[in-house]
Amino acid sequence: MIVRKRIAHHAFWQAAFFGIIALGIGLLWWASSEVEYVWRWYRVPQYFIAQMDVEINAEIEGTVKAVEEKGDKVFITVAGAYDKETYAAPAGSARVYEGDFAFPGDPLAVYEVTRPGILLQGLWITLKVSFIAIIFGILLGLFTGLARISDNPCLRWLAITYIEFIRGSPLLVQIYLWYFVFGTIINNLLAKQGIPPISSLWYGVASLAIFAGAYVGEIVRAGIQSIHRGQTEASRSLGMNYVQSMVHVILPQAMRRILPPLAGQFISLIKDSSLLGIIAIRELTKATREVVTTSLQPYELWFVCAILYLVLTFSLSMFVQYLERRTLIS
Amino acid sequence: MIDVRNISKTFEGAEEVKALVDVTTSIEAGDVVVVIGPSGSGKSTFLRCLNKLETADEGGHIYIDGVDVLHPKTDINKVRAEVGMVFQQFNLFPHKTVLQNVTLAQRVVRKRDKGPAREKAMQLLQKVGIHEKANVYPDNLSGGQQQRVAIARALAMDPKVMLFDEPTSALDPEMIGEVLEAMKTLAKEGMTMVVVTHEMGFAREVADRVIFMDHGAIVEEGTPEHFFVNPIHDRTKLFLSQIL
Repeated sequence: MIVRKRIAHHAFWQAAFFGIIALGIGLLWWASSEVEYVWRWYRVPQYFIAQMDVEINAEIEGTVKAVEEKGDKVFITVAGAYDKETYAAPAGSARVYEGDFAFPGDPLAVYEVTRPGILLQGLWITLKVSFIAIIFGILLGLFTGLARISDNPCLRWLAITYIEFIRGSPLLVQIYLWYFVFGTIINNLLAKQGIPPISSLWYGVASLAIFAGAYVGEIVRAGIQSIHRGQTEASRSLGMNYVQSMVHVILPQAMRRILPPLAGQFISLIKDSSLLGIIAIRELTKATREVVTTSLQPYELWFVCAILYLVLTFSLSMFVQYLERRTLIS
Repeated sequence: MIDVRNISKTFEGAEEVKALVDVTTSIEAGDVVVVIGPSGSGKSTFLRCLNKLETADEGGHIYIDGVDVLHPKTDINKVRAEVGMVFQQFNLFPHKTVLQNVTLAQRVVRKRDKGPAREKAMQLLQKVGIHEKANVYPDNLSGGQQQRVAIARALAMDPKVMLFDEPTSALDPEMIGEVLEAMKTLAKEGMTMVVVTHEMGFAREVADRVIFMDHGAIVEEGTPEHFFVNPIHDRTKLFLSQIL
């Protein structure tokens, strides 16, 4: 009897949860119709997968001499008074016949191609920037964390200075610094050597990685310091040097304690990458902003943008949980 | 085998603590030396100075098998590889199985191949009577079992000297016997051992020499017979009367 009551009680609150979610969505829909917003979800997919017409245009003036289908291609030959050109296009896309006269710019063939849409491209850039920044952030953070607890005052002070500087200023300002100050200097120096400039994407990656590295350094330090001193003493007393002791004994144990806060840090990094739009990196947020200005469907698109970030961050946190389970011992 | 000359150790801090004051002694190969004394008498610090887990103050010298431990150019890792150490808190590596605990340093420091390292480990685990638990993680072992694994782990390096830092102090009473038994076997085989302990029975039965320390200095040293039957110093008499 009591058990049944408890189940009923549980079911009620489950229903309440879904009810509140539905109510929220309903309210939003009602409010948006009050301000006469028309939801057009069907317009969203084109920004993921775009169908585009590609025209093959004549570049010279002349008569179409031949339209020959060979396999899945069609070859169109245009012969002018002095020159001759052959254009290839997918079979069936030819728009001219033999004997037609073509002027430069006339379409000879038109066909459709499927391309990743602007949102998918933005998502890819966000993924790429975040991934590279995470890798460098881990390396930098590991080194910083070790330097922070080193006996060497030079290493230790360098680590402290780095951590305090990075944590003490806004990421937005650091991105500006990287792009407008260091970026300009570096690219000017490179130009003097005749080397092409580094793209803004890499300055974005640098700012994110260096920002994350400072926080990761503190996480690594805390993780290492949480391992009992006896572990270091035992490994060193067996004749292992500092590096061997770290690699085989301390870090594998610290890893378990480092992983959860590390996941939080990298989820922040993915979200922070949305700031990179300001230095002309067309990541997900900037891509969404561009699409909003052309489509005039801001409600749908900003929701889509948020959900895409959620997909990225949720996947990352699932991955870290999987790692945590794997490193769990007995 | 071990030659200690004028070793002092001062711990800096809010208050300066003199843990060791001008300690001089020597230990022959094959000797079993038991260091006893009240807590805070510096006996653990003395032991930890031998393999430089603590760095003794300047001015003294420690020679192990002829190597000047405190010399700046001495590769301390090479010295430590020859000096096994067993800790009060076992300090087994919890992320590795018993077998991996015993093979790790063999592989990493001695650069032994997997097969020989494993063979050596199993042989030693058998010796301390714990080979059946080779693939278990340390957390699933009792304290006595863990300490025996720790002994096997240190022996796997083929050390010339074994240091024991209160190896039975963290154990439940019923487990002390099994660890002492393993240490006795080792002593009979002629291993050079320095043992810091409160186990007077062990000292009396196994030790070739007993060192009594108090306030960071050696008060009295001699054979167990001399020490337990005819101690000279009043401090020693007082200590023995308190514990026996």
